[in-house]
Amino acid sequence: MKRGALSTIAAGAAAIFGAGSALAAEGAPTPGGVHFQEPATAVMRDIVSFHDNWLMPIIVGVSVFVLALLLWVIVRFNRRANPTPRKFTHNLLVEVIWTIVPVIILVVIASQSFPLIIKEETIPQSEYTLKVTGRSWSWAYEYPDLGVSFTSSILSDEDIAARNAGDPEVPARRLLSTTEPLVVPVGANVHVLVTSEDVIHAWAVPSFGVKEDAIMGRVNETWFNVDSPGVYYGQCSELCGKDHAFMPIEVRAVSRAEFAEWVVAQGGTMPGAPAVGAGGEPEAAAAAPTR
Amino acid sequence: MSHHDAAHAGGAHDAHGDHRPSIYDPRRWLFSTNHKDIGTMYLVFAIIAGLIGGAMSGLIRWELKEPGITFLPHLVHVPHAILEQVRLGVMNADQLWAWKVDAAKHFYDTLVTYHGLIMIFFMVMPAMIGGFGNWFVPLMIGAPDMAFPRMNNISFWLLPVSFTLAMISFLVPGAGDHAGFGGGWTLYAPLSTNWGGGATPFSYHDGPAMDFLILSLHIAGASSILGAINFITTIFNMRAPGMTLHRMPLFVWSMLVTVWLLVLSLPVLAGALTMLLTDRNFHTNFFNPAGGGDPVMYQHLFWFFGHPEVYILILPGFGMVSQIVSTFSRKPVFGYLGMAYAMVSIGLIGFVVWAHHMYTVGMGLDLEAYFIAATMVIAVPTGIKIFSWIATMWGGSIDFKVPMLWAIGFIFLFTVGGVTGVVLANSGVDTSFHDTYYVVAHFHYVLSLGAVFAIFGGFFYWIPKMSGYRYNGFLAGLQFWIMFIGVNIVFFPQHFLGAQGMPRRHVDYNEAYQYWNNISTIGYLITAVGVLVFLVTLVEMFLVKRKAGANPWGEGANTLEWSLSSPPPFHQFNELPVIKPEAGH
Repeated sequence: MKRGALSTIAAGAAAIFGAGSALAAEGAPTPGGVHFQEPATAVMRDIVSFHDNWLMPIIVGVSVFVLALLLWVIVRFNRRANPTPRKFTHNLLVEVIWTIVPVIILVVIASQSFPLIIKEETIPQSEYTLKVTGRSWSWAYEYPDLGVSFTSSILSDEDIAARNAGDPEVPARRLLSTTEPLVVPVGANVHVLVTSEDVIHAWAVPSFGVKEDAIMGRVNETWFNVDSPGVYYGQCSELCGKDHAFMPIEVRAVSRAEFAEWVVAQGGTMPGAPAVGAGGEPEAAAAAPTR
Repeated sequence: MSHHDAAHAGGAHDAHGDHRPSIYDPRRWLFSTNHKDIGTMYLVFAIIAGLIGGAMSGLIRWELKEPGITFLPHLVHVPHAILEQVRLGVMNADQLWAWKVDAAKHFYDTLVTYHGLIMIFFMVMPAMIGGFGNWFVPLMIGAPDMAFPRMNNISFWLLPVSFTLAMISFLVPGAGDHAGFGGGWTLYAPLSTNWGGGATPFSYHDGPAMDFLILSLHIAGASSILGAINFITTIFNMRAPGMTLHRMPLFVWSMLVTVWLLVLSLPVLAGALTMLLTDRNFHTNFFNPAGGGDPVMYQHLFWFFGHPEVYILILPGFGMVSQIVSTFSRKPVFGYLGMAYAMVSIGLIGFVVWAHHMYTVGMGLDLEAYFIAATMVIAVPTGIKIFSWIATMWGGSIDFKVPMLWAIGFIFLFTVGGVTGVVLANSGVDTSFHDTYYVVAHFHYVLSLGAVFAIFGGFFYWIPKMSGYRYNGFLAGLQFWIMFIGVNIVFFPQHFLGAQGMPRRHVDYNEAYQYWNNISTIGYLITAVGVLVFLVTLVEMFLVKRKAGANPWGEGANTLEWSLSSPPPFHQFNELPVIKPEAGH
């Protein structure tokens, strides 16, 4: 277990399930992992980049700086090394410096932070609208324009064992796999409307960089555009009662052709030929969900 | 400095005699109007509550040691009706276990809830404000007692009442058959409401547990507000001649800011709780969208209280660390005015950043941008404090007595918790970290490793003054090192779990999270050993009775409490001390 943890940290990348597989990526936690799950959207890549390239160097730098100062005063100004304490209580220059420098650091952080939230919070022109409804304790999904709707619950331990006995290309995972995964097309902007039928839940998929509270009486919105085919997991992220840990989210991202097949198989209808780049979804702009 | 009258027999009503009643006289404690006795009661209360809250976190960590719900089912209470079904053979052993596992899910949620509430309202606040505040604010400003001694009595005695109600709440039905409220210390509506009777999904917490909890927190709030009024009046009106505001020790400054935050924020909590109470019992719809209400409004009200509350928990710690660092560096505090006004500005800004706890409710771009900016601004005064503590040590002649170990540990670990706070302030990244173990790690670094380290520092700094005895330096030092290692092993891996996406408040987790959870639980065991060593240190100190003397810390300890005997006379400063300009801080 311990060795496995370290080696997976080193490996880091998403599991590959063999060449030619339609489902290449898996957005799931890795044993012993210390970092984000592998990003599957541009937004999540930006989150990782902001965190790794800006926040981490700054906070590690600050912490190490404070630790170094502490170690220095411990070594240099202990009772043995410095028997007679000095009595100064002010030094205008250093006081100005330790006020101004943090301000500059924070401005730098903000300069990177604001573009990220603009990207996250601005819903682009979207091809598909997905409505997600939290309920105690499962998720209901609906593509209102495609006539597809279904409920997705946790997969029981027995069903996981049964599914994995068939040696599937993507093994079912305890507490993450569902009875009926949500299927989304790769490379399409999906506008997600999130609400709840009862208490507050939160719809979260770590590898998408998406987490949105599902609140009764309001419709929250977010969006994603998945890079590559794969299975991506998430879990309810707002305490919602005893089965809070047992309402997972499983998203299967597939090619557009497979998505169209899935929609038809679900009894829905794909609108004509999906026009490339053409809006065709007026409600994406018209829907003005709660801000 | 203190005026010791010769004790004269029969002077029971003599205001200026040091007639200390027996500690075995219950009237001394029940009817106490003495700030030091009341402070002692607060400290004892906080230790007991801390042990109960700490035991709850032990159950949490033991359940999370490995995947699956394996431990808590053994502890859940099985109602008579279920046992009867087992006896009659209606329910077999497997079905009984399944029932227990289901009950354990709710039990886990209640443990998380009451652990948080107990540690905040019944451990940290009573220790810092009620305990050290009551003991040392009057002593440090040269006052004979608090301004309203009888109000001080009821401030304290409301607290055991409140705690009893919270414990009743833990044990009475909360959600159906299951005891206790399991909605988290934040009590978010609609999980905490019960609209429409038993059949609707909103009546998850249909039992009386939540109502008891509301009552408990109302009374805890009243206790704190009365205490806060007492401190404000005392600090503004009862300072000794020459003790100007700008000559007050920084601990008194920290208490002044803290109690203002209490007075301004607790009424908002009281309002939110009252709305919950009427939503639950009188069919109002404050938080019910079907009746025109809004669950998110509850969150705004709660966090308008809740964010100042987290500064209430840490500010007295700032004050204590300043006293300790200055004492053991044998050097006056660096940048006294900057330190005082950094706390004032942290308090002020603390009131306008609350919604950074709610980035995922769908507040929209503009509000997120504002709350990011406002939140990060707090890092500036906090940085001033960190650097000023280090500057106080700089050029000093540092003595690494136990209180100083806790203070230095505090400075570093609070920095670590602070920088992860800056990370979380950025809502763009909070999208990933929100409601994951990263947040759990962050707030335990600033509270469990920040506030609690400050409390231990203050405890060992002042216990010679309070008890008259010196502690065993070896045992107390051993406790510091065990706990320093233990709590870091508990909480540092939780950053990794959070980055990997493990949501908080989950009773079970996927096997991928096992490695760090296991290590975190091992850290808990180490920490628990540290707590045992603390209890042994206490017992040893009172058994061996090493006399402390008025000032065991030497020239660095120059605030007024060290001018009195240890323990101080029952009534001090019958003749007010006069503070000269240079003698202040």
